[in-house]
This record gives sequence, C-alpha cells and structure tokens, in this order.
Amino acid sequence: MSGRAEHRSRGPLIVVPAAIWLILFFTLPLLIVVAISFAERGRAGGVRLPLVFTLEYYQRLVDPLYLGIFWSSVRIALVVTLACVLVGYPMALFISRVAPRRRNAMLLLVIIPFWTNFLVRTYALKLLLSAEGVVNNLLLGAGLVEAPLDLLFNNFAVVLGLVYGYFPFAVLPMYASIEKFDMTLVEAATDLGANLRRAFLRIMLPLTAPGIIASVILVFVPVVGAFITPDIMGGGKVEMIGTLINRQFGVARNWPFGSAMSLALMLMVVVGVIYYLRSSQESERLI
Amino acid sequence: MTDYAVELIDVTKTFPSGKGEEIAAVDRVSLSIKHGEFFSLLGPSGCGKTTTLRMIAGFELPTRGEIRIHGKSMGETPPYHRRVNTVFQNYALFPHMTVYGNVAFGLEMDRAPRPEIRERVSEALRLVRLPGMEERRPKQLSGGQQQRVALARALVKQPAVLLLDEPLGALDLKLRKAMQIELKHIQHAVGITFIYVTHDQEEALTMSDRIAVMSEGQVLQLGTAAEIYESPASRFVADFIGETNFLDGKVESFRDGQATVLVDGTLRLTAPSAVPDIKIGQPVTFTVRPEKIGLHSDPTDRAVSGQIEEVVYIGTDTRYLVRVSEGSRMVARVQNVGSADQAGFRQAEKVYLTWEPDVARILTK
Repeated sequence: MSGRAEHRSRGPLIVVPAAIWLILFFTLPLLIVVAISFAERGRAGGVRLPLVFTLEYYQRLVDPLYLGIFWSSVRIALVVTLACVLVGYPMALFISRVAPRRRNAMLLLVIIPFWTNFLVRTYALKLLLSAEGVVNNLLLGAGLVEAPLDLLFNNFAVVLGLVYGYFPFAVLPMYASIEKFDMTLVEAATDLGANLRRAFLRIMLPLTAPGIIASVILVFVPVVGAFITPDIMGGGKVEMIGTLINRQFGVARNWPFGSAMSLALMLMVVVGVIYYLRSSQESERLI
Repeated sequence: MTDYAVELIDVTKTFPSGKGEEIAAVDRVSLSIKHGEFFSLLGPSGCGKTTTLRMIAGFELPTRGEIRIHGKSMGETPPYHRRVNTVFQNYALFPHMTVYGNVAFGLEMDRAPRPEIRERVSEALRLVRLPGMEERRPKQLSGGQQQRVALARALVKQPAVLLLDEPLGALDLKLRKAMQIELKHIQHAVGITFIYVTHDQEEALTMSDRIAVMSEGQVLQLGTAAEIYESPASRFVADFIGETNFLDGKVESFRDGQATVLVDGTLRLTAPSAVPDIKIGQPVTFTVRPEKIGLHSDPTDRAVSGQIEEVVYIGTDTRYLVRVSEGSRMVARVQNVGSADQAGFRQAEKVYLTWEPDVARILTK
C-alpha cells in the first residue's frame, strides 16, 4: 500500500526534466517569436528594443504577393507528398513481399540516405541535373535532345529535390503498416468475388491507411516550410515560404516580418494537420 | 446436372526448392467429389491437403493437371470468377467492417440490390445461429462466433462448393465437437458440397461421407470412414487413423486371399491380404486394431498366447500391452464394462488373444 502512494507522489517528478527541456527550448523560443512578430523592426535590422507593439507585419502578410507564395508552397508540398506516397507505397508493398533475407537489405538501401548529409545529397542531385551533368550527357549522347535541358532552377527541380530528400520518411511508415497487414484478407476478398482492384480499394487501402496518413504528415509538414532545397535546386528563382522567412532573418534583417510569417505558417500547418487527422479518422471506421 | 461437383484430374503442384530442384506439394492427385457430399482431405501437416484446397479455390494454379467444377474446367480462372467460397483457418474476417459488412461483402461484389442483401444476410446469420449480431465488430466476438460469421459470409453467396480449411482448429475441444455437429446440420440444410481439410482423424471420421487420406502430396486411400478404418490399404493409413498393432514378418503361405505370416520365426498369424498378389517369402506387415482383440485366461483354438507386460486404465477402456513373441508385443483394448473391482488381467499374467478372422489385415506397404 505504501509503495503505491509513493509512486503517485513521485510520478510527476519524472516528468520534470522533459518539462524543463520543453519549456526552455520550445515554449520560451515560441513566446519570443510571438512577441517579436508584434513588434517594430530595429533601425539597422533585427527588432527594436524596447519592444513597441504593432500589427504592421501581419497586415503586410495579407498581400496577394505573400499569399501567393504561401499558396504555391502548399501546392509544391502537396505535389511532393503525392509523389512520395504514389512511389513509396508500391515500394513498401514490394519490400514487404520479398523473402525476409532480402528485405533487410532493401530497407537498408532506403535508410542509408539518412546517414548522408542532407546538403551533400542535394548538391549531388544538383550536379546530376546540371547542364554538364550526367542526365544531360546521357540525353545528348543518345541523341534524344539537341541542346542540354534546363533541369535546374525551376519548380521541377525543387519538387524533385524535395521528393528525393523526404522519400525515406514516406516509405518507412507505410512499410510498417503494410507489413502488419494480413494478406489472407485480400485472398478472402477475392474469394468473395472482388477482383484485385476492388480488393485493394475496399480492404487493403483502408487497413494500411494509418501508415499512409503518417507518411503524409511526415512529408508535408517539413516540406511546406523547406528552404534549403528550394534554395539550392531553385537557385533563388523559386520562392517558397521557407526561403522567404530565411531571408528575413538573413539579408533582409527584418525579424518581426520573419516572425509573423513563421507564425502564420505554423498556424496554417497545425490547423491543416488537425483537420486532416479528424477527417481521416471519421472515414476510417476502425475501433 | 454434371456427374461430379469437383473433379481433380492428375493434379500436380510443384514449388522450386531453392536448390534448383522442385518439390511436389501435390503429386498426381485425382479425385471425383460428388454433389452434396461432405468430403474430407485428411493428413498430417505438409501432406498437401491445404495446397489442394487452395487450387480448387483458385489461389494457386496447378503445375499440371486439370480441375473441374460442375463439369467446367477451371484453367486459370481467378478466385473471384469461381462459384466456390472458402472458410479460412484464421477466419480472415475484415476487421474494419461490422458483422453485417463482412457477410454482405460477397453480395455487394455481385452488385445485388440492397433489400436483397439485407434479407440474405439476416438469413445467413440465422442459419449459423448468430441472429441480431449485425452491428458487432469481429474484435468483439468470441472465437466460435467469429468462425460462424466466416461460415455465414461464405454460405450467403450460395456457392456450388464450400471449402473449409481446418476451420475448427482454434476452438477448444467441447466447442469443436459441438461445431462439428452443427456443421453437419448446416451442410444437410443447404445441401451444398463441402470439401473439408483437417489433420484430426476423429473429426474427419465423424463428419465425412468420404475421406481422402493424404501424405506427401499423394492420396493414399479414398473411401468412407468405415472403409478407411476397417480396411486400411497401407501402413501409413492404418497408423494415422486410430491405433493399430503392426507385426512384421514374411509370407509363409497364401490361399484364397488369406496369407499366413511368420513373425519372429515363431509366431504364425493368418489374415486377409489387402492386395490380391502376394508372394511367398515377401516381407509384409500383419495388422489388427487393439479394440478388436479379446483376452481370455483359457486357451481357445486359433488364439495367440502371450504375457501381460503393462496394464493401463483409461476410464472407458483398459489397455493391455501383451508380449506375444520374443520381439513382438500387441496392444489390446478391453472396455471396462464392469465395475472397478471386477478383476481385469494383471501384470505378468498369461493370456490368450483372439479376434474375428476378417478384422485383421496383411499389408504390403
């Protein structure tokens, strides 16, 4: 009896280190950003101290120019997410079906990019796609084109770079879901008259949906705010929210504007994910 | 109406063994299953019975041979175009659907009208004695209930043939026995041909009209329960079904279908031969089932003498292990018709064993 009471009074103590960490490195910085977003810019950059309240930068955001950038970032993130899921799902399915020995090797191949520096990988892709790069050389050599293609510094390059970068994040959650899935359910469905397409749509897809949902969130959320890849693959020609924010804290030296943009992005993503989760739970009908 | 519900004609299924060779999971199996029959495929794990069932369902295609359902050759027809439904060993109920959703699924695939589906689903649930369970989820059901939902789901489509892959394996003994009887009732009620796969010989004997005993991909014997039990054609069948005494020896004489076997150089046993052609000197096996043996304290003619080595009381019977020659022992089962204090035979007692001449068998393989 006394042991239980001790547990109860000591329980909250275990949370303390995590709570301190979260407060120091999450809550406080967030509060700082919120504060700065409502403050005036300093004359030489940064934020004016002491803080002076203004809504100026939020008002600036509601401009077709910036809303347009928000929207195109969402569009790019959706395309990237869609591509990752459309390619990742069949790959996860394939890996789950090969012999157990080869499965680990394949998963390793998917995970190895994680161990490589993200910047290095992105530059490598850029090199491959450049005018003197491997892809263009192959196309020219095969006589398929007469002049090198403009594969870089456009939306295509940015999407490709983001898909390449975030693909492993998509494959693994879907693989986990698919691997747990009982294939005899598909056999039962075909036995009852469903062809493979209908068996997939009515049985396999709903039951592997949790993995797909996790993949979507794991890809969309970071991609919508990405700035390294659009910077490298887009060469400054492709503007996304991430690159915009990055610039406010860099050359533009407009911290309040950058903060306002960050919060707007955060709000949009949080609302979007909550809405997405709610609607997929409703349609799932799983207990 | 065609002659047979299902025909397997010289069906073979091989798999690559990984060493460049091929393993035959099913080896030249030919079966003709009659309409409305309760037909069982019986054998130990790995004998090919499940693979055979899966080929009838369409989940696997034969490497060689032909499968006909209601006279129509199946070829490469996929499962969803065969008028055959399966009850799986693990039930395979769709966890994200209710009981209604599960049972209705096959009818929805047929695009039947809603009211018809509703009616047929409740009828199917009534048939398996689960009325009113439509809104439950598989997770909320017991093993026995899940099994009945799986049965209802397969039966609601009124298939030509119902395939059952060891459906009672996961149930406890009492429930299993109750379900065996229920399955028989349902089969009679709907009149559908049932093809049942099991490794439990008692189950097969209880439920089947005919049984095919399989081992290593081949059908060793095909017949009614009585035929297989009383007249096993091979040592494997005699051993797999029930309990049998095996005494190896050589043929001494053979006349009018009866062979006399010399066991251990001293014991002479005569019995009908399972095969018509037997040669003098051929090594054969004498078999007789323990329950067919009568034990006596006084010698009678044709009795085999022996000494009791072990007495085991099993409630309904007493099992006696009797040494009948230097190298051979026989097991005899005697029903305990009397009360416990009525003396049976005792250890080291000399006894005489008799049996009806036609119940023993000489086997050559």
